[in-house]
Amino acid sequence: MKSKIVDSLNAAVADIPDGARIMFGGFGGAGFPNNLIQALSSKGVRDITAISNNCGTREGELGVMFKNGQVRHVIASFPGPHSNYFQERFAKGEVTCELVPQGILCERMRAAGAGLLGFYTTVGVGTEVARGKEERVVDGKRCILEAPIHADFALIKAEKADELGNLTYRLAARNFNPIMAMAAKITIVEAEEIVPVGAIEPENVVTPAIFVHRIVQAKGMRFQG
Amino acid sequence: MAENSTTEKPRLTREQIAQRAAQELTDGAYVNLGWGIPNLIADYLPKGLTVYFHSENGILGMGRRAKAGEEDFDLVDAMKVPVTLIPGASFFHQADAHLMTRGGHLDVAVLGGFQVSEKGDLANWKIPGAKGSGGIGGAMDIAAGAKNLIVCMEHNTKEGAPKIVKQCSYPVTGLACTNTIVTDLAVIDVKPEGLVLREVAPGWTAEDVQARTEAKLVVKGKVPEMKLGS
Repeated sequence: MKSKIVDSLNAAVADIPDGARIMFGGFGGAGFPNNLIQALSSKGVRDITAISNNCGTREGELGVMFKNGQVRHVIASFPGPHSNYFQERFAKGEVTCELVPQGILCERMRAAGAGLLGFYTTVGVGTEVARGKEERVVDGKRCILEAPIHADFALIKAEKADELGNLTYRLAARNFNPIMAMAAKITIVEAEEIVPVGAIEPENVVTPAIFVHRIVQAKGMRFQG
Repeated sequence: MAENSTTEKPRLTREQIAQRAAQELTDGAYVNLGWGIPNLIADYLPKGLTVYFHSENGILGMGRRAKAGEEDFDLVDAMKVPVTLIPGASFFHQADAHLMTRGGHLDVAVLGGFQVSEKGDLANWKIPGAKGSGGIGGAMDIAAGAKNLIVCMEHNTKEGAPKIVKQCSYPVTGLACTNTIVTDLAVIDVKPEGLVLREVAPGWTAEDVQARTEAKLVVKGKVPEMKLGS
């Protein structure tokens, strides 16, 4: 069986092409695959569609990708108060952005992972996010149709990965990571620690290995503020 | 609007709005607090009351904010502030966190607001004409799904314009989603018969509050004053 473990961050992102659709885990400074993002940015990819809750903290997290003009389109719920490089590009029209309510962003990704073609929700009815979406009444409630969000790759952060790719997460660093792992065609994990198969008790596995395609060990990198 | 601002009676402070809103929480409740005034509520829980604070990034049972030196930056709230846990806390991923907000599992959600309409529509995510992309975050999920949505805000803008209006002129977050409004002047319930004035700030009358409210308030008899306690 081919090992999922790759020996460098650069090798982990080597086949990500220009124009790829990529999900990036993380929320509130926790659980961002910062080492993978740095490697991806250094590789010089262009025209990326980034799917992430937010758009970076200055140069940190996804910020470096916007600083270097590597992102074409964003699907996000809250670009964030410190996403200055994103905002500059957005103001110039160099990046487009679809804002999605946060829970609906999760569910649209989960629909992609679950093989569902969409769902109806009351969230966003009568708001700007309902524009252009099919509306109907179900059970007496107005609702809109939301489509799945797919991706070519997910870059995520775990605390521990076993050699098969079973994952655990630390505290609230879990956030979007398990959902994105299920939604993308290829999920690439940076893990603080890679442990032997069996070292994670089966009932403690949060993301089962079936969703994980590549694992690279990297000491977590964090950006404050 | 006040004809002469020098004669305005004192309004509640932001902390006092939070203090009054805290009285709406019941023992054992699962509660989500939004940005702004709602975030202050945790400091004003009535004595002996235990509530389980929910955070959209996947925490139930958030405790107080972490003190200097005990911060763990993998344990942050929705505002990115390091927090602590109380016994019985749990972690889960963001989809389950919003399953709780949308699915009617939380007992109370408290959000800030720019405007609330007479039908209970809430506008709280975008200021018209503001530069930049804006951001929605979890507000629309929470507004659509909360069993009991309390909006905490100042009664009027800094310029004195009413924020409780006939119809929202700001982009809305959700339609007919608000149950109760707590402001620096009043506690108002959104009922089928309209906006029912439940309490007024100390020293204020129903007429005073109506004069600073665009939407028509339903007043039943003498409206009691808020009790803020110590």
